[in-house]
Amino acid sequence: MTEFLQQLINGLSLGAVYALLALGYTMVYGILRFINFAHCDVFMVGAFVGYYAVTPFTLSVATIGLSLPVNLHLGTHSVASGVLVLLIAMAFCALLGILIERLAYRPLRQRSKLTVLITAIGVSLLLENVGQLLFTADPKPFPELFPVREFSAAGLNVSTNQLLVIGVSALLLLGLQFIVLKTKMGTAMRAVSFNHVASSLVGINNDRVISFTFGLGSALAAAGGILYAMNYPSIEPYMGILPGLKAFVAAVLGGIGNIPGAALGGVLLGLIETFVNGSHYSTYTDGIAFAVLILILLFRPAGLLGKVEVEKV
Amino acid sequence: MIKVGEYASLTGQEASFGQMSHHGTELAMDELNARGGVLGKKLALLTEDNQSKQGESKTCADKLISRDGVIALLGEASSGRSLEAAPICQEEKIPMIAPSSVDPKVTETGNYIFRVCFISSFQAKVMAKFALGTLKLKNVAMLTDVGLPYSVGMAEYFKPAFLAGGGKIIAEQNYTRGSTDFRAQLTAIRAAKPEGIFVPGYYTEAGLICRQAKELGMNVPIFGGDGWESAKLVEIGGEAVEGTFFSTHFSPKQKSAAVQEFTKKFTDRYKVEPDAMAALGYDSALLLADAIKRAGTTDGPKLREALAATKDFPGITGSITIDKDRNASKPAVILEVKGGKFEYLETINP
Repeated sequence: MTEFLQQLINGLSLGAVYALLALGYTMVYGILRFINFAHCDVFMVGAFVGYYAVTPFTLSVATIGLSLPVNLHLGTHSVASGVLVLLIAMAFCALLGILIERLAYRPLRQRSKLTVLITAIGVSLLLENVGQLLFTADPKPFPELFPVREFSAAGLNVSTNQLLVIGVSALLLLGLQFIVLKTKMGTAMRAVSFNHVASSLVGINNDRVISFTFGLGSALAAAGGILYAMNYPSIEPYMGILPGLKAFVAAVLGGIGNIPGAALGGVLLGLIETFVNGSHYSTYTDGIAFAVLILILLFRPAGLLGKVEVEKV
Repeated sequence: MIKVGEYASLTGQEASFGQMSHHGTELAMDELNARGGVLGKKLALLTEDNQSKQGESKTCADKLISRDGVIALLGEASSGRSLEAAPICQEEKIPMIAPSSVDPKVTETGNYIFRVCFISSFQAKVMAKFALGTLKLKNVAMLTDVGLPYSVGMAEYFKPAFLAGGGKIIAEQNYTRGSTDFRAQLTAIRAAKPEGIFVPGYYTEAGLICRQAKELGMNVPIFGGDGWESAKLVEIGGEAVEGTFFSTHFSPKQKSAAVQEFTKKFTDRYKVEPDAMAALGYDSALLLADAIKRAGTTDGPKLREALAATKDFPGITGSITIDKDRNASKPAVILEVKGGKFEYLETINP
């Protein structure tokens, strides 16, 4: 029983990260009907922003002979600086997401969906390889942003990092629900996802809404990146690929385009993965995630919380 | 100009292995050239980076042999990557010397493949004996990396050795190289309540495993093999790797004059202390030069004969005699992580 409960905690904290990532995929799909494959790399950038916010580094540009040592003097092991680093990463990645949308996706909005999809893959490769150039491919140890304490009770061990992941994710999810349901921008987002022609006719600035969506999704990805790096403190430029794919599966599982669905899918997938990992079939863990994708597409393609849309002709 | 090829993981996940091995090889090459080279000719070291990626070692070997025309190939530290390049060397009849690949399958590829280190079967027995004798563990759990031939081999040899000594393996879990989450496997291991955990993987995962084990409240000794040998282990594992043990081929703290001299030369040049990968990289290059001298030529088959006949070559990792399986029978050293540094515990002879 203790083992089951412990695995439950492990699964929830992993699932929380998948949920945060899945939200980004689902929001962009809901509004633009396309999968932003570069999302997982924004996740990676978020983790690296968190790393460099507390680690001194040298900004060097060989061609102009620039070598500038940078030290933001943000401490580690403190709640205040931890929150600050999280906010900095979220802000940076929100801007990055908006920039990507502006430069790579907006010019192609009138083209076929396939064109944008391939562009997204291109952006993903660009981010990964630029990351490899800038950060080098060897894994970097992620510093302890928040003070870490371990609690042990009745045979269960929980680290404050795990609790933080679950807590922060839940908070961000509630925040997102608030934005989408109770604010003007949120209503505009829902309008654009419902019918983007009609929404522009009623005076909604589609471009602004889309930029906002990308910014929001990317901020969540950055938060996910930092929370993930806090629990698995080894970051490298390709770290986003597998969690990104799993989060995408989670978004489809919950119903792509559906926000609570993404959260549910994330948590479910995290739990499934953890229980499989702790069993004798741990080598099939990654395979199981993709098997889930195939099964859900076969039997309930709209996802668990998705609505089956019937097109009337 | 005698062209010697080297392929190593200079960048990527196991960059630490490749960089240290390359430093050792480079140091040896420069020393040899300073002494006039071999057979009156200077040695040129051509290095290719396989980026720790699967499949790249094969490309590196192809490039070095076909395009650059090297007379021998030095590499690699990882058994999996050596296994990629070995068939090519065997086919092209270019001798290959693996500095620190311990899986037996590497030299089984063919008679042109050699190594200057011990093999997994010996190393696993050493750790089994250490666990039973020094750590006095009656049962252990094993966490194996099924993506690495090295790890699978170590686990395969550790099990019978530990069982033969009266120990019990009460939990066995797997993971794959590149994973970052081991909590599920560690939770399952925790439920079995082992007295120790054997982790025969690479330092990148070992560090995280030790961390997560501590977070789950497991304070039992964790130990592994030479895959842990890297300064990055402490960087990644932090305080969680304090009090862990691993076996390897060399320690800069060994008392012999040769080791101390090498350590000083290496530290002066590269500003870090040499580790087993560096020492073996160094020995592999020196052995190659010695074999070329004995063969009197760089011709493939004759060079192979000379390598196979190596007896009592004085390497700084120990005396190297190449046996009939083209492996070396060498002593192992056991290190303990104390105060963020690797403390030398003992040497175990074969």
